Amino acid sequence: MIIAERKPLDAILGMMTPYHKVLVVGCGTCASVCLAGGAREVAMLGSLVRMTRQTNDEPIEVAEATVHRQCDKEFLLPLAAEVEAADAVFSMGCGCGVQLLAETFPQRRVFPLLDTKFMGVTLEPGWWAERCRGCGECVLDRTGGICPITRCSKGLLNGPCGGYRNGKCEVDPTVDCGWLLIFDRLKELNELESLRAILGPKDWSHGAFGQPRRVVRDDVRTSAEEGHV
Amino acid sequence: MPVEVVAFCCFYCAYAAADLAGVMRLSYPPNVKVVLLPCTGGVDPLYILRAFEAGADGVFVAGCLEGQCHYQVGNLQAKSRVRYLKRLLDEAGIGGERLEMFNLSSAQGPRFAEAAREMTERITALGPSPVKRPKAKTAEVAS
Repeated sequence: MIIAERKPLDAILGMMTPYHKVLVVGCGTCASVCLAGGAREVAMLGSLVRMTRQTNDEPIEVAEATVHRQCDKEFLLPLAAEVEAADAVFSMGCGCGVQLLAETFPQRRVFPLLDTKFMGVTLEPGWWAERCRGCGECVLDRTGGICPITRCSKGLLNGPCGGYRNGKCEVDPTVDCGWLLIFDRLKELNELESLRAILGPKDWSHGAFGQPRRVVRDDVRTSAEEGHV
Repeated sequence: MPVEVVAFCCFYCAYAAADLAGVMRLSYPPNVKVVLLPCTGGVDPLYILRAFEAGADGVFVAGCLEGQCHYQVGNLQAKSRVRYLKRLLDEAGIGGERLEMFNLSSAQGPRFAEAAREMTERITALGPSPVKRPKAKTAEVAS
């Protein structure tokens, strides 16, 4: 899932300064599970914002709504009346949610209340860790199910850099060496031999830092237009 | 105007302690409003924020002694939530010191009265919650 963190209250209040009636929209999926932007977080933020603005003698009306997920238009459309009634919309979804809200309701300013961090997993309640960088070409079959792009701080594809100490990474000693994890896993699986196969140069044009990516399924999509982003 | 303090009390300890304080004829400030909960682990951060939003000047959560929670770790969860909320209240300019967590057993009636007094004195010294409009200003508007 996508892991996000709420922005500091000061930054949020700064964005809300010109407005007197705002709509805060939570997201019931990833942002909710990582305790950053679900219904409860929306209610807590609403309460904090109202109290702070009341304290400063600038009362604000905060309407609260949480949709099943903000990355699908069909869940956003029912918000039309509430969006219309508000001066501005503040999203507690990830960056995708903020953008789709802005695309769906172009007549209203839409602001982000979260910083979208990464794609990751829950290690324990309150502790999330990155597991996927969305490189576009998965190599997990070759590395015992541990991603070298994500777990190795340098994203090396063919073994560790030699800078690790006591199993920890030289970039950050609180982080396990990703390649050591891969080595140990493959050893456990009796597949160490597979490390002899060299992973060739990676085509980073499938990665996150090129043009915006898209996936099109002609058997599913309903419009006949050329796919555009 | 006396300050208003809301106390979220666990059924198994603080609530029973408050009861015992009454039975022992111990007096504690009457401005402390007790809210009964089955366990302090059930204190939703939203309850506390709502209390402040509704006009409370201070809030305290009173749970079992550490290691003696009827539900194992409810009081420890409440402790983490109170710590987190103190940060949020500081961030919002309300002041984390307006919120506190106390641990006591059901046999500690005098300790409950002491906690209620301690919190009332602290909040009185801090003054009314900044969320409320200052009385002077209201009077100005009225005149």
